[in-house]
Amino acid sequence: MREWADFTTETGKDGGISIALSGPLCVSSVGRIDERLRAIEEQVEAIDLTQVGGFDTVGAWLVTRLAEERGAKITGGSEEAMRLIAAVRGEHIDEDLLETVDTPVEAEGEPGALANIAQRFGAFVIAYVDGVVRLTAFLGALLIAFGALIRHPSRFRRNALVRQIELSGVNALPIVGLMSFLIGIVIAQQGAVQLRQFGAEIYTVNLTGRLSMRELGILMTAIMFAGRSGSSFAAQIGTMKLTEEIDAMRTIGVSPMEALVVPRVLAALLIMPLLGFYAAVLSIIGGAFVSMFSLDIPFFSFLNRIQEVVPMHDIWVGLIKAPLFGLIVALAGCYQGMQVEGNSEEVGLRTTVAVVQAIFAVIVLDAFFAVFFTEVGWG
Amino acid sequence: MNRPEQSAEPAVVIEGLKNAFGSHVVHEDLNLVVQRGEILGVVGGSGTGKSVLLRAIIGLQQPEAGHIEVLGDQVAEERDPDDVDVRSRWGVLFQGGALFSTLTVAENVEVPLREFHPEIGDELRREIALYKIKLAGLPEDAADKFPSELSGGMRKRAGLARALALDPELLFLDEPTAGLDPIGAAAFDELTRELQDTLGHTVFLITHDLDTLYEICDRVAVLADKRVIAVGTIPELLALDHPWIQEYFNGPRGRAAQAAQRRSKAKGMDKIRKAGA
Repeated sequence: MREWADFTTETGKDGGISIALSGPLCVSSVGRIDERLRAIEEQVEAIDLTQVGGFDTVGAWLVTRLAEERGAKITGGSEEAMRLIAAVRGEHIDEDLLETVDTPVEAEGEPGALANIAQRFGAFVIAYVDGVVRLTAFLGALLIAFGALIRHPSRFRRNALVRQIELSGVNALPIVGLMSFLIGIVIAQQGAVQLRQFGAEIYTVNLTGRLSMRELGILMTAIMFAGRSGSSFAAQIGTMKLTEEIDAMRTIGVSPMEALVVPRVLAALLIMPLLGFYAAVLSIIGGAFVSMFSLDIPFFSFLNRIQEVVPMHDIWVGLIKAPLFGLIVALAGCYQGMQVEGNSEEVGLRTTVAVVQAIFAVIVLDAFFAVFFTEVGWG
Repeated sequence: MNRPEQSAEPAVVIEGLKNAFGSHVVHEDLNLVVQRGEILGVVGGSGTGKSVLLRAIIGLQQPEAGHIEVLGDQVAEERDPDDVDVRSRWGVLFQGGALFSTLTVAENVEVPLREFHPEIGDELRREIALYKIKLAGLPEDAADKFPSELSGGMRKRAGLARALALDPELLFLDEPTAGLDPIGAAAFDELTRELQDTLGHTVFLITHDLDTLYEICDRVAVLADKRVIAVGTIPELLALDHPWIQEYFNGPRGRAAQAAQRRSKAKGMDKIRKAGA
């Protein structure tokens, strides 16, 4: 059982009361009496500490506050209690030891609601413009790095590129494959259910094939790529900024753009078409698999039919979009990583922003492409 | 070593430097000259911009105004990517070591070699790296460890090995003894001094460690009020009547460091006498 502090009041001669505290007056025991003490409305004459058990600075603070607010006398405290009370009152603190605090920055007057909105909007616009400037600077630096590498091909980091291709491409094969296979199953299954109403189940093949090649294979791969690799680009580069590794690189003469950003961006450009195509193929296989059961279309007939109904330009649509999506994801990741400054919280924040921005931009661009390719006759 | 003659030309010249972050001015009209072959300690209270000064000298911080010359070269606003000469002549030890975490210690030391001297063969490069690691006082088996497997003190030594990779004429050390235990710190001080005696490079050293200042620094620059308020040997600084300097060197810790230095001097003299006898 925890022991709690308590008190009793006693009315004195001239209407004032005296408070007799009891029990331990410590940080662990005063929580319950504070409210009640504050609620006392009568004039407090004296505070009696005779029955108090333990005592610490929190108890001392409570007693001191009460005494000073109500102008009460403190009586019956043990020597230790009185010493703590004196310390809380600041009587023993050597003024010399107090850190001189810088004069606080003059507080800006609390703006009204309207001014507040304007102020927030202004800050948002400034931050936005600043972001655009930084992004432009980043892209410019990246172009310069590419230019420098074209002029000095020997400086190109082949090992880093191969490593990035392995990390973001080869290692992603199982998860991207499984995801695409399942998506193929969903498309074919749901398509078959809907198309059956018109007796057009056979068009499930068209639906699965074209959707996989044109849209979903690439789009889902890009989203997976953003989650797997875009985030890791941002987190890796961001952490390297925090540990001064990027600064160290610069002082050694290694350009972080050349060493970190270029290999990642190039890897993304190279592997996204491959990953996207692979995803589309597995998605079609998934569709063929489920069609065996729900539509009674034999597996290989489904695949043969795909060849007939998916036009070549669908594949081109996918392959044109893929490197662009990869570029967006890699740029967002590397850019946000390079913007990290200050603390580790920022790494998490920037990583999130990188993934969200990348996925959003990819979907916006995909919508644009959907309309564009239909308009140019690749419908 | 292809070092030019120890000419009178200073290693670093800073004139009228101004650094600011937005409206917060860190340095204003800061002047400082680092002579060749000296160990210059830079001290100052927290937030006086010691690290910012270092970053400005090595070109990581864009100054608002002023003129910085390192080893006779301008630290220009825009560096031509091909012009890597100055950077191959200095070495920097960052506060946390700033080792590349995906590379082993030896590979870390090899990075500047690979960068500036691609003509060096793999075998020789590895040998050079191992030698520098030994020079920095690390055991040989540390060479193939990753930075995460090293203690803080060892990481600093590994960082020093990397900074020494190209036999720099100018060595920048950012709080080399911060976070080390007294024995490790003293050993690092001794190492800095010995290396400087042997290799003859200039050392620009940011520190809070009074022992370091007393033991190894030839001159000390004091940063306060946004500029360098005084440069000189410690006795010279003590003769000045600036309250911050007085408090810094004559505070309890300053006096303890002073006494320690007298003791170690006496011990050194003992050793010399014994060796002579």
